[in-house]
Amino acid sequence: MAIVELKNVVKNYGGHKGSKDSANAVENFNLLTEDGEFVVLVGPSGCGKSTTMRMIAGLENNTGGEIRISGRDVSAVPPKDRDIAMVFQSYALYPHMSVFENMAFSLRLKKTPNDEVKRRVNEAASILNIEHLLERKPRALSGGQRQRVALGRAIVRQPQVFLMDEPLSNLDAKLRVDMRAEIVKLHRKLGVTTFYVTHDQVEAMTMGQRIVVMLDGKIQQVDTPQNLYERPNNMFVAGFIGTPSMNFLRAKIASDRRALEGESFRFKAEGARGTALDTHTANEVWVGVRPEHLRYVEDSGHGAGLENMMRGTIEVVEPLGAVTMVQVQIDDARVTAQLDSHVQVTLGETITLACAGEKLHLFDADSEQALGLEQPVSEPLSAAV
Amino acid sequence: MSTTAPISRASMWPRIVLYAVLIVFAALFLMPLYVMLTTSFKTLAEIQQGNMLALPEQWTLTPWLEAWGSACIGLDCDGISGYFFNSIKIVIPAVVISALFGAFNGYVLTKWRFRGHKIVFGLILFGCFIPFQIILLPMARVLGVLHIANTTTGLVLVHIVYGIGFTTLFFRNYYETFPNELIRAAMLDGAGFFTIFFRILLPASGPIIVVTVIWQFTNVWNDFLFGVSFTSGENAPVTVALNNLVNSSTGVKAYNVNMAAAMFAAVPTLVVYVLAGKYFVRGLMSGSVKG
Amino acid sequence: MSHSSSKREMSARARWQAWLPKLVLAPSLALVLFFVYGFILWTSYISFSASDMLPNYTWVGTHQWSRLWGSWTWGIALHNIWVFSLLYIVSCTLLGLLLAILLDQRIRAEGLLRTIYLYPMALSFIVTGTAWQWFLNPGLGLEKTMHELGWTSFSFDWLINADMAIYTVVIAAVWQATGFVMAMFLAGLRGIDGEMIKAAQIDGAPVWKIYLRIIIPQLRPVFLSAVVVLAHLAIKSFDLIVAMTGGGPGNATTVPATFMYSYAFSRNEMGIAAASAVFMLAVIAALIVPYLYSELRGPRS
Repeated sequence: MAIVELKNVVKNYGGHKGSKDSANAVENFNLLTEDGEFVVLVGPSGCGKSTTMRMIAGLENNTGGEIRISGRDVSAVPPKDRDIAMVFQSYALYPHMSVFENMAFSLRLKKTPNDEVKRRVNEAASILNIEHLLERKPRALSGGQRQRVALGRAIVRQPQVFLMDEPLSNLDAKLRVDMRAEIVKLHRKLGVTTFYVTHDQVEAMTMGQRIVVMLDGKIQQVDTPQNLYERPNNMFVAGFIGTPSMNFLRAKIASDRRALEGESFRFKAEGARGTALDTHTANEVWVGVRPEHLRYVEDSGHGAGLENMMRGTIEVVEPLGAVTMVQVQIDDARVTAQLDSHVQVTLGETITLACAGEKLHLFDADSEQALGLEQPVSEPLSAAV
Repeated sequence: MSTTAPISRASMWPRIVLYAVLIVFAALFLMPLYVMLTTSFKTLAEIQQGNMLALPEQWTLTPWLEAWGSACIGLDCDGISGYFFNSIKIVIPAVVISALFGAFNGYVLTKWRFRGHKIVFGLILFGCFIPFQIILLPMARVLGVLHIANTTTGLVLVHIVYGIGFTTLFFRNYYETFPNELIRAAMLDGAGFFTIFFRILLPASGPIIVVTVIWQFTNVWNDFLFGVSFTSGENAPVTVALNNLVNSSTGVKAYNVNMAAAMFAAVPTLVVYVLAGKYFVRGLMSGSVKG
Repeated sequence: MSHSSSKREMSARARWQAWLPKLVLAPSLALVLFFVYGFILWTSYISFSASDMLPNYTWVGTHQWSRLWGSWTWGIALHNIWVFSLLYIVSCTLLGLLLAILLDQRIRAEGLLRTIYLYPMALSFIVTGTAWQWFLNPGLGLEKTMHELGWTSFSFDWLINADMAIYTVVIAAVWQATGFVMAMFLAGLRGIDGEMIKAAQIDGAPVWKIYLRIIIPQLRPVFLSAVVVLAHLAIKSFDLIVAMTGGGPGNATTVPATFMYSYAFSRNEMGIAAASAVFMLAVIAALIVPYLYSELRGPRS
């Protein structure tokens, strides 16, 4: 178990100036983990999350900055001496070795005595319920079983840090959900500091104690799942976390610096958000509303003038059973709303949607940074799980 | 892919023509081998009077025995056996060593890439496409300087040097498709350069080793240019001896003995081809197209 | 690797590990640089030197080259290799394609037929030459057999006819390589998407039209590979000519490869031999380098 610290870590593949490779693949990455924390790196493909993980593993050199594991700068330490274990997307099981030999390989290379190897492999196998598979070759295993063996191979080494690179993305949807829970359980049991890379924000939200959201090699926000959802730093994080994605509307700021208006909507900024507008110089702002925070309002015919409401034509209706998703044309944007399924709506109908004022998010029209973020209540980590 | 529609009775004729054409071609391809074989079992008298396509009236093994043990090649009348063993002496070390070089090169060029790895590979690969006439003159001198001119050792060196290109190509293309994550996993497990090669990569290299060995074996065994350029007399490989036997202008031409000798030269590669045809074809293909 | 990491303290072991791959590759690269590129340079230099029986490093400019181009035999060799290559490449390609298409019709015993068509490729050119020399022997071979069978007017003396001998070499060479080209085309055919052909069938296209318009155009890369490989084999052809005709009758079947050999090792004209070898290399390089370049290019990985 260990604290991992990344300080100004940079990765540059050293392409020619101006070429695509000349940009930093990872830029000024700073992170300090707690001992035994489960950290998820999430972002769209090419955002640098896997590169960051490979740098922690030592499979790639960091071109700048420091990587410390338990205080030791490991930047120049070869992967095998970093006391880490990694689980790969393809599982990377050695095809010609039995499950036992796969798990024992690292111990054998360290010349661990035979009974010790046996004891540790069996221990890991029993944690993962794969004792009955030990004699099989990887090709005789199902996807889920291979996944367990890959975990087992990491556990056997009793490393200070676990690294998991999209370990579930080769599994089918149902198995993925099961393994998700299982990995979280395993982490609680072993308490080893874990880095987990995924492009799936649901996976990130359900598993991570803290989540690092990345885009284009840069950290966008590091926070607990709850904070990412409630207080996204910028429009990218706001749109990336949560399904369906947050809706964004471009609004004019009225002269009272509180009312935010478009042709078919009107919002009012309250609290910290409102105060932020006092000092904000621009005349426009992005308003963000999550689909699940929109309510259907019985049309009284004059609803358009009321605060925190929008009015538009229904373009798409998708009944999902428990809820109904509707897409409504509001000015030049398509707004998705998640409505109770008992609400009867029809295609082409004009409806009014409302949103509680405290659920609104405001973003700077140019920098797309959040405005008037309340200081996150600092919660103890354990509460976030 | 298939372009044949379900066969109706009316369309039986095209099928019959199709099979007929294929069988005629097969006969044409087999003809020279058939003639070689039957001739090698005939007596000289029967050859001179008779029909080349007929089976021997009187089967005889004498031409085979003569070709192996007592036919005159140059001034020695010891048959082709000595030269046959020369070829074996050349082929075994040349194949093993060039395959070993190729395996390591392929490993480095795919799993331990460095800046310029493509240029290095291109340089190595081009070496197996050059017309070897370009190296005959300097090679003859270098073999002389190394005191291995006119020795099988010299030929081994030549075949290793000019075999590296193809063996590297084979292993590189094969290892290219070998998952990098396995290499990374092994690195994390604590394996170094050689451990990864011997414990992870090599156990999975069976097919490509077979392809490479067959390819190199066929090439080296069938070589004539290097053999005739760098050896003479009793140190020549079997192809050179066969040519000397067949195209010597002295005496009566013993066609049956010539054919038996040609069979001796052909049998090793034919056996390999029949036993491992799949791998032989794969080698031919990867020599021509990117893997 | 990078500036900042090289500044760091690396353990001696780690540095050793970093150098190891290059160290392992080094012997091969050294061998190739010396025995291929060094030798090419040496031979190229010799072609501008006064060398005859022994290397003589006196620079004589293009003297050897003009002697080469003034040589009557070299003219024959160039003519022969042109005729030989053209016929060899065209025949192998067409026959190979034909056989591949025929074999691709759900043929029973396809494996056996394939094996039969391809076995000559496993033989040495010397064996092939020996066999065909015997097969086409005017006194005892095919001709005599035809006479025996009653076709007394049959005459086939190409092997000893100076005008026709080169064609016998073409026949033997085609016999040897056709199966290989067939295998390449067969692999290409098997790689074509069957759905597209089914779609064409549903559109009502006749089989020959499907082949001409849909399938064969898609085999373009195979054509390219086949032509490059065959051209390369043709220009290097040496063994087969030696075994079948010895370059004769007279020098009727001389090709650059046999020309080079005889000037190098029997006529002791090292300078001319070197010039002819450089010429051969130039032709092959013009063919192979673009091909290798296009094959090896592709996305950086």
